[in-house]
Amino acid sequence: MASQTAQPGLWSRVQRASVERLHIRLESLLVLVALSAVMAVLSPYFLSLSNFLNILLATSTIGVLAIAATFVIGSGGLDLSLGSVMGLSGVAGAFVAVNLGWPWPLAVLACIIAGGIAGHINGQLVTRAFVPAFIVTLGMLGLARGLALVISQGRAIYGLPAEIVYLGQGRPFGVPMPVIIFVLTAIVAHCLLAYTRFGRHTLALGDSEGAARAAGIRVEHHRRIIYTLSGVLAGLAGLLFTARVNAGDPTAGINYELTAITAAIIGGTNLFGGRASILGTMIGALIMGVLQNGLTLLAVQSYYQQMAIGAVLILAVFIDQYQVRKEARV
Amino acid sequence: MTLLTLKGIRKSFGAVDVLHGVDLSIEAGEVIGLVGDNGAGKSTLMKTITGIYRADAGSIQLDGRDILPLDPGQRRRLGIEMIYQDLSLAKQQDVAANIFLGREPVKKWFGLIPGFVDKARMDREAAGMIERLGAHLPSINRSVGSFSGGQQQTVAIARALTFNPKLVIMDEPTAALAVREVQSVLDLIRRLRSEGISVILISHRLNDVLAVTDRIVVLRHGRAEANLTTAKTNMNEVVGRIVGGGDTSAAAAHEQRG
Repeated sequence: MASQTAQPGLWSRVQRASVERLHIRLESLLVLVALSAVMAVLSPYFLSLSNFLNILLATSTIGVLAIAATFVIGSGGLDLSLGSVMGLSGVAGAFVAVNLGWPWPLAVLACIIAGGIAGHINGQLVTRAFVPAFIVTLGMLGLARGLALVISQGRAIYGLPAEIVYLGQGRPFGVPMPVIIFVLTAIVAHCLLAYTRFGRHTLALGDSEGAARAAGIRVEHHRRIIYTLSGVLAGLAGLLFTARVNAGDPTAGINYELTAITAAIIGGTNLFGGRASILGTMIGALIMGVLQNGLTLLAVQSYYQQMAIGAVLILAVFIDQYQVRKEARV
Repeated sequence: MTLLTLKGIRKSFGAVDVLHGVDLSIEAGEVIGLVGDNGAGKSTLMKTITGIYRADAGSIQLDGRDILPLDPGQRRRLGIEMIYQDLSLAKQQDVAANIFLGREPVKKWFGLIPGFVDKARMDREAAGMIERLGAHLPSINRSVGSFSGGQQQTVAIARALTFNPKLVIMDEPTAALAVREVQSVLDLIRRLRSEGISVILISHRLNDVLAVTDRIVVLRHGRAEANLTTAKTNMNEVVGRIVGGGDTSAAAAHEQRG
């Protein structure tokens, strides 16, 4: 606080530069650093390479879902079905590999396609049937979960081929495969959102649908692509999870949309669209990962972790809206 | 040379008929004032020209080409621009993003991967356009929502002019502006005319319309009620056509005082 008064404007200049150039909110980075420092003090085990990889590994599934949430929320939409679609995709992949006995690449494709179809249905309903995204994706949350239970008959599907298990448990150069896939996905998604016309149109759409339409952007078409993309990413998350636990679990991903959306919002995504960045979301996802990891290391019951995530979501939106209102008054 | 021709444009929203067969044509480099009471159909008519609304019946030709089947993006590329009353800006995005929205220049990333937006070029050209308009903005990289109303309008105008339009439609461009800003918008319209760009000006400020247009089209109950040559008409006649008869001298005198 002292430096803030000594050099007025410096903090806000740095803040602005970080938003403009790196597309991140400085505050979330500070929260991540502070949180890590606290955890390091509380638990000697926290600051080790293996624990760092543990955090990344635990973050990878949520992180991919958070990327999906960033695109959808940034475009002014909402996808509550992420966790369920992830569960459905994992079951679909396991079903193809185990029950149908098809080659493993087809199982990988099945995960992605199952997610893509669910997402595309979301997009069609939102843009053609004029049902609000909140309701469409809430309905899909139930539909996809139910279908996953139907396909698997309520039981986890075991006996996946080794190649798929490698995607979840392999460690080339000591780095877990899910972490590699997650980081690559994040890099591609970041470039897509920050540097391409597709990404710019996504944010413009979330900012003002009227402006986007007037500018000649095919609004409905674009929304359908975004929901489909969201489903595809949920499918990828389902693949990573299934491969890691070596089973197609129909209950996988329950409540994951809560964590994913929280990560996106903490990362600086405007809940009402128009502002979003993948880098920010990655920081948000890491905050959630560090929080969960630290609470586990401190032997805090997982029930409390659930409560912490919910509280963080509300707090993050509160702080964001508080700042928006403060800027509006200036 | 006739730039744009509308014939028998009809548009209804559900049971509400807004346009009942409007005919309108505009020459290249001509400035038309479009006036009429609230609900006469001015904005709806303009949005059928830009393609935001699809006309139920009628024909729209630009340079002799039928543009009715084209979507807003395609019509924009043919040179039809509109400055909306609400400005239609994406307020969390910066100046360049708004000016180039939907038409971002792309380059190859390190000469390899195509499809990357050329941000440096966008910023450069946006700054140049703002300068040509003689406007001053605090920063080209700030979100448009942080600007004043006049500054936001500058961005909206810059967006309409950056891609060499043939026709610029302005919906109440002076409604929310200070006196000096009004003059600069009127000057801008004259400049566009001198460059051969056609303008359709929608305004309730009849003084502005009489000052700057070549022709005034009065829209009433969804029809082009009158087509007046500005040099041969006056406030009294325009007001009379808008309200549709009766003694209008009091209203006209009021408008005259501005």
